[in-house]
Amino acid sequence: MRITQVLGAAALMFALAVSPAVADSSPSPSASGDDAPPTAAGTSFRTAAEVEQGQQATASAATGDYLYWSFPADAGQRPTVKATVKLPDAHAAQTWQIDVYDGLRRRQACQYGAQTRTVAQGATSVGLSCTLRTVRAWSEQWANDPLPGTYYVRLTALNVATADLGQPISASLQVGSKDIGGSAAVDGSLAKPLVPGIAVTSKSGADEGDSSKSAVLAGLEPEDGWASGWWSDRWVWTAVGGVLAALAGVGGYALTRGSGRPGRPGRVPPGA
Amino acid sequence: MCALLATLAAGLAFPAAARAGEPTGGATPKVDLVLDVSGSMRARDIDGGSRMAAAKQAFNEVLDATPEDVQLGIRTLGANYPGDDRRTGCKDTAQLYPVSTLDRTDAKAAVATLSPTGWTPIGPALLKAADDLGTGAGSKRIVLISDGEDTCAPLDPCEVAREIAAKGIGMTIDTLGLVPNTKLRKQLSCIAEATGGTYTSVEHTDELTDRVNQLVDRAADPVVTPVATEGAGQCTDAPTLKSGLYTDREEFGQQRWYKVDVPPGQELRASVSVAADRSVNPDYGVLLRAVTVHGREIVRGEAAGDGRTDVVSTGLRYPKAESDDEDAPAEVVCLQVTNSFSAASGVKTTPGLPVELTVDVVGGPSQADDVASFGLGRGWWLLGVVVLAGFLAGLVWGWVSRWRVAVWRTN
Repeated sequence: MRITQVLGAAALMFALAVSPAVADSSPSPSASGDDAPPTAAGTSFRTAAEVEQGQQATASAATGDYLYWSFPADAGQRPTVKATVKLPDAHAAQTWQIDVYDGLRRRQACQYGAQTRTVAQGATSVGLSCTLRTVRAWSEQWANDPLPGTYYVRLTALNVATADLGQPISASLQVGSKDIGGSAAVDGSLAKPLVPGIAVTSKSGADEGDSSKSAVLAGLEPEDGWASGWWSDRWVWTAVGGVLAALAGVGGYALTRGSGRPGRPGRVPPGA
Repeated sequence: MCALLATLAAGLAFPAAARAGEPTGGATPKVDLVLDVSGSMRARDIDGGSRMAAAKQAFNEVLDATPEDVQLGIRTLGANYPGDDRRTGCKDTAQLYPVSTLDRTDAKAAVATLSPTGWTPIGPALLKAADDLGTGAGSKRIVLISDGEDTCAPLDPCEVAREIAAKGIGMTIDTLGLVPNTKLRKQLSCIAEATGGTYTSVEHTDELTDRVNQLVDRAADPVVTPVATEGAGQCTDAPTLKSGLYTDREEFGQQRWYKVDVPPGQELRASVSVAADRSVNPDYGVLLRAVTVHGREIVRGEAAGDGRTDVVSTGLRYPKAESDDEDAPAEVVCLQVTNSFSAASGVKTTPGLPVELTVDVVGGPSQADDVASFGLGRGWWLLGVVVLAGFLAGLVWGWVSRWRVAVWRTN
């Protein structure tokens, strides 16, 4: 019986430890994006138009332009970028492509989706899509795994015929992401998301000379909503595993007892 | 339990709404509209009116819509000399309205006086327009509207544009062509490409108005202005960079070295973009290496590509390990930038290709001790294993205690 009590108390402690985390992970106020989606695209990394996930960004441009957008992606998300280009009435065959770069301007591979598509002469539109790998909270410095931070999208036509250069087009872009959850929860975390220029912008904040551990805690800023990286559903799985192990232990123990209690006078244990 | 997990997952799924939050340039953005007023602007092929009428109408609407904080000027080319002397005609560019805070009435009155006249000296006009914009820190944009290619060879306006871009920081030339003509397209898109600008072919007045408005608004958008730096040929002579955005020029096959101080426990993040501002051969690349002062490579970022591109870029991270010694000095990390672009035949190789370098020194990451988050487990296999282990432990516990009871009873 004592072991049941101990394990029960342990399970209770687990539950107590988990419940505040559940409260913490409620949606942040910034989730309701009240900013209007951009109606123009940038022309370089530096001037990329910022899009929130779920927003539909539009831009009118010319064939041959390089159009840039940027969006934030957090750990555990698997972003998918979808772009549609409405082409002019008359044009030769064209090839369009989207490239996705991370906050360090490293090109990111697309797992699947039509990243490059060639359309025939006179086609009215072209749709492109790119699904990135799951964003991880941490990776080794030599890897180029996707990390939390800013992502850039570049949309352009490859190998344009001179006659098509400068023709008006309109483009739209939408970024969505699938939440992969605990199966992608890795150990370790970045002190700051991979947002370019963050060392300059955060200088005004009160975080100079901090150790990496406190910086992780300070990284949880409600207005930008970067996840702190410590919570994942692995806690629940592990805690539930502990509870089930305790119950199974009690069950196994009970099996050896038979139906009665050990040591009661007048009863002899079956194995004795 | 599934419901609980779903709740937790939903809690995690909120979109991160972060802004790149980059500081603004702080200085006034300047735009110089350069309008072709050559004789060919008389042609009546835009919405039934003359090209000149379309340009005037568009200018009036743009002047009305220009944001307050943009300083706008107007320069003409080919507006004054109607003669046949090529030498004089090719110097014919004039400032119609100086780059300054806009007085809409004056500017409109000035535009109304224009009538199509002379030659098309695009190159000289661009040079003067760059002078009009001056050397302020804000973003500077030249919008060139033309209906014919440059008639003043051998000065190639494309090379002029490249030199202008190399001289001034944040100088962009956008071009608009009023005629769908191959030669004009090639020239105007070459000018745009040389400065990271855009080329648009315009066939209707409203397209012209929309596009010029868009370009003026783009100039008004605050962007970070990079700081000019000059990398060295080797690490020992290299300039030391702090966190920020930098720009430099790198010739074909040249190496550029920079230095960054990385204190213990901090992480260096560097990214580099090398822009192809002229025709380059397909198949190119860029390599960014972080090297110790002794020449050992720490980490590298590399990128390669083929076909049409504006930039090729890569980046790297280097977290410097924590030190037990509080006074441990910052490590000097050398950054080496090389490119494997090659110029297409007949293309000038100077000035060098524009390089944009971002450096961030931030707090270091907390390193991973395990593959999984905190070494925690997940999944049905985990549950199966712990249940089995718990069950076996219970059984053993039960057998052991029964054995002890039996021993006690026997004694």
